Amino acid sequence: MRGRRRMPSVLLLVGIVAIFALAMVLGSTRADDSGETFVGSDSAATAQIEQDNPGYKPWFTPVFSPSSGEVESGLFALQAAAGAGVLGYVIGVMRGRRRAEAAAVVRPDAA
Amino acid sequence: MHIAEGFLPPVHAAAWTVAAAPFVIHGGRAVVRQVRDNPQTKLLLGAAGAFTFVLSAIKLPSVTGSSSHPTGTGLGAVLFRPPVMAFLGTVVLLFQALLLAHGGLTTLGANAFSMAIVGPWVGYGAYRLVGRLGGGLEVSVFAAMSLADLATYCTTSMQLGLAFPDPETGVAGAVAKFLSIFAVTQIPLAIVEGLVGVLLFRILRDVARPELISLGVLKDEQPAPSDPTRTEA
Repeated sequence: MRGRRRMPSVLLLVGIVAIFALAMVLGSTRADDSGETFVGSDSAATAQIEQDNPGYKPWFTPVFSPSSGEVESGLFALQAAAGAGVLGYVIGVMRGRRRAEAAAVVRPDAA
Repeated sequence: MHIAEGFLPPVHAAAWTVAAAPFVIHGGRAVVRQVRDNPQTKLLLGAAGAFTFVLSAIKLPSVTGSSSHPTGTGLGAVLFRPPVMAFLGTVVLLFQALLLAHGGLTTLGANAFSMAIVGPWVGYGAYRLVGRLGGGLEVSVFAAMSLADLATYCTTSMQLGLAFPDPETGVAGAVAKFLSIFAVTQIPLAIVEGLVGVLLFRILRDVARPELISLGVLKDEQPAPSDPTRTEA
């Protein structure tokens, strides 16, 4: 994290957190019809379709459906964990590769 | 942006599948070619796929009182060009359709079209445009990430508007209605995604310099990474 950069990474992180804090505060005042807040926009769109087109019947059902909200969020968490794991592994391997290269360059000079 | 299983009329579902298929097949070949011709970028390719995998799993709250998820396709589009993301994004969508009942097989074509095709292309276009206008690499990456995200949700709104036109205001009215559900919610999330993208890009710039140079993202005129006195612009 050396050098002159336009905006320090810490500031970017602060910005991310600030946007969430703002979203949580502003958003929590807006409940939908069922009184629930922060419902998924995907399900909001589905609800809108059902409301405006009462005659529409989904003509295909999911092959497999998580049996409860808990199972569903668990599977989502699994997806995120798998992605984060691979991402972390890749960054770690590449960092190690750079260190090894740097060491290989330095050693002849030191000897 | 996931249109639920069965929630597009059969004709629309089929049309979007036909429209998306060539991009995805071409993307699959692009991935194979990338791995074969440029094997040292294999790890970065994994990183791009993993990034989409993580981000599209995380639903975040937004100012509208609903929550939504980023797409994470912009980074891969910048690093590997959009066709690669057409394939990787579709793999993510297929996983979610099969295991999470999120999205669906009948709507896979439409969802792939928005998240894996339009998003990456818009992101890549923004990246090139901002770069040409002299915006600098980080601003370009920010634009790519956030606009790929936003464009995906706008495409979904358009797809739903076409499928379910409003009885009074027609397709345009319906598109506006779905945009009000998706796009407004997505704006803060797109900004967050852009910031996260810049953070990850900074890490990659430190650890993957030779790979990024071989991909043409960084120019090979910088000092060696071990030189602490100078840094890239």
